Amino acid sequence: MSQPAIKINAVHKNFGALHALKGVDLTIELGEFFALLGPNGAGKSTLISILAGLITPSSGSASVMGFDVVNQYQQARQLLGVVPQELVFDPFFNVREMLRFQAGYFGRGRENDAWIDEILEGLGLTDKAHTNMRKLSGGMKRRALIAQALAHKPPVIVLDEPTAGVDVELRQMLWEFIKKLNRDGHTIILTTHYLEEAETLCSRVGMMKQGEIVALDSTANLLNKFSGKHLRLTLGDVILPAAIGSLMRHHEKGVYTFALSDMTQIEYVLSTLRSANIKVLDMQLSEADLEDVFMSLVGKSS
Amino acid sequence: MSGLKYSDQVIVSAFRGPWTLLKKELLRFWRVAFQTIAAPVITALLYLLIFSHVLESHVQVYDGVPYTAFLIPGLIMMSVLQNAFANSSSSLIQSKVMGNLVFVLLTPLTHLQFFLAFLIAAIIRGMVVGLCIYLVAMWFVDLQLANPWMIIAFALLGSALLGTFGIIAGIWADRFDQMAAFQNFIIMPLSFLSGVFYSIHSLPPFWQKVSQLNPFFYMIDGFRYGFFGKGDVSPLISLSIVGASFLVLAWITLRMLKSGYKLRS
Repeated sequence: MSQPAIKINAVHKNFGALHALKGVDLTIELGEFFALLGPNGAGKSTLISILAGLITPSSGSASVMGFDVVNQYQQARQLLGVVPQELVFDPFFNVREMLRFQAGYFGRGRENDAWIDEILEGLGLTDKAHTNMRKLSGGMKRRALIAQALAHKPPVIVLDEPTAGVDVELRQMLWEFIKKLNRDGHTIILTTHYLEEAETLCSRVGMMKQGEIVALDSTANLLNKFSGKHLRLTLGDVILPAAIGSLMRHHEKGVYTFALSDMTQIEYVLSTLRSANIKVLDMQLSEADLEDVFMSLVGKSS
Repeated sequence: MSGLKYSDQVIVSAFRGPWTLLKKELLRFWRVAFQTIAAPVITALLYLLIFSHVLESHVQVYDGVPYTAFLIPGLIMMSVLQNAFANSSSSLIQSKVMGNLVFVLLTPLTHLQFFLAFLIAAIIRGMVVGLCIYLVAMWFVDLQLANPWMIIAFALLGSALLGTFGIIAGIWADRFDQMAAFQNFIIMPLSFLSGVFYSIHSLPPFWQKVSQLNPFFYMIDGFRYGFFGKGDVSPLISLSIVGASFLVLAWITLRMLKSGYKLRS
């Protein structure tokens, strides 16, 4: 029986009075493509830092492929590649030097060069290999950051908000590359704010809120639980009649989203609006997506 | 690699990790050698030119030793110490402020390996600067070498002590101005008030006592003993004090690194 890629057991973390993690349990199997979602401050980055050994849990334990991140940190870190959220870089070296150093810290030498070439190629960095880190554009720095986490060829890869502030083209390219790594057997764990990314890429999703995992299921199951139609109406600045207030899920800048369990409710909503003399400026009907699941589980309204 | 047994490979990779960190630390200062080696050498030579010009005919510290000759070992050692401190402290504070230290913290390197890599890089930087000043100073004055082993021992231990102190400062400081305070309020006063430019026997008794509390005094005095065969205190006492100070600071540094003080939470 092989060990899971990640196993987190009843992990708590306190920062002074702040209870950042309140007993998190999570198992991620080898080969999974897993997304960790949640609003800012939910504890995603704290959880990742515990796996990486940057933060020690107050209680509970975590392991990477069976190696405890505290007591067997050398083995655990050898198996883990973490892409930090912040765009950090060493201004003294060029891309290839930095990747060689990074692999070297993990005990890898020249035999690893072919892998470094592969990463450079896959991330579109080949022609920047001899450029100093300082001189790279923001998008290029982001790619180099990912390359750095992969330099020692870790079987388990954690990406903390890898596409924050990245343009659409680069985002596509990054996902193609990461999907390929996943096909090649790497376990991928990511945190993201772009819910549609998690929906299309990940087979399983965990949602965090205030230091706890509030939902953990396959992406398909989560979506099924919240099946039904969503009616998005652009109404402008109006006072919604109380009769349909309970169907409303959220609203933003005059756009109201209603969760409907069957189609007859469309007519009900529209007729209520008509009798209240509210004009519908635009209308859109859609299936539930992860964002709706997310909003109903972790949104401010709940 | 493939010809090696698995256990050999583990050993090779265990060495390669800290060796890579050391290599990176060496390259870091070598890339900016103009600032990290040439600049301190020029500074030391300016001190040498000015002080020897002003004081050569007025001051004689040891019988038969011209003031310029007396001054050179002090200047060399002061530069060795300051540059050893500068190397580890500035590397750490830079990578902390830039945030890229995280890439070292994510690796399997142990706290001892981390310590040794920064320590050895600091020693080498201090030694290279010291050697350059010595080579240039030979143009001006014919220096005797009474006890070369003492010279090497004090240069090694002194740069190790200050390199370790630099690691502590680099871990403790969160901002560049805190590091500058370390430099200006601890390192500079201690190195200037250590007998680089004078023998403490020329001081009033009270200030002699104060100087004897300054660890820099023992490093400078012992180092100078290696050149002239005489000093203000016995070189073995100095060597013991410097060695013991290094062990204490090394122990503190390892404790800090092991607990993750300011680096991990």
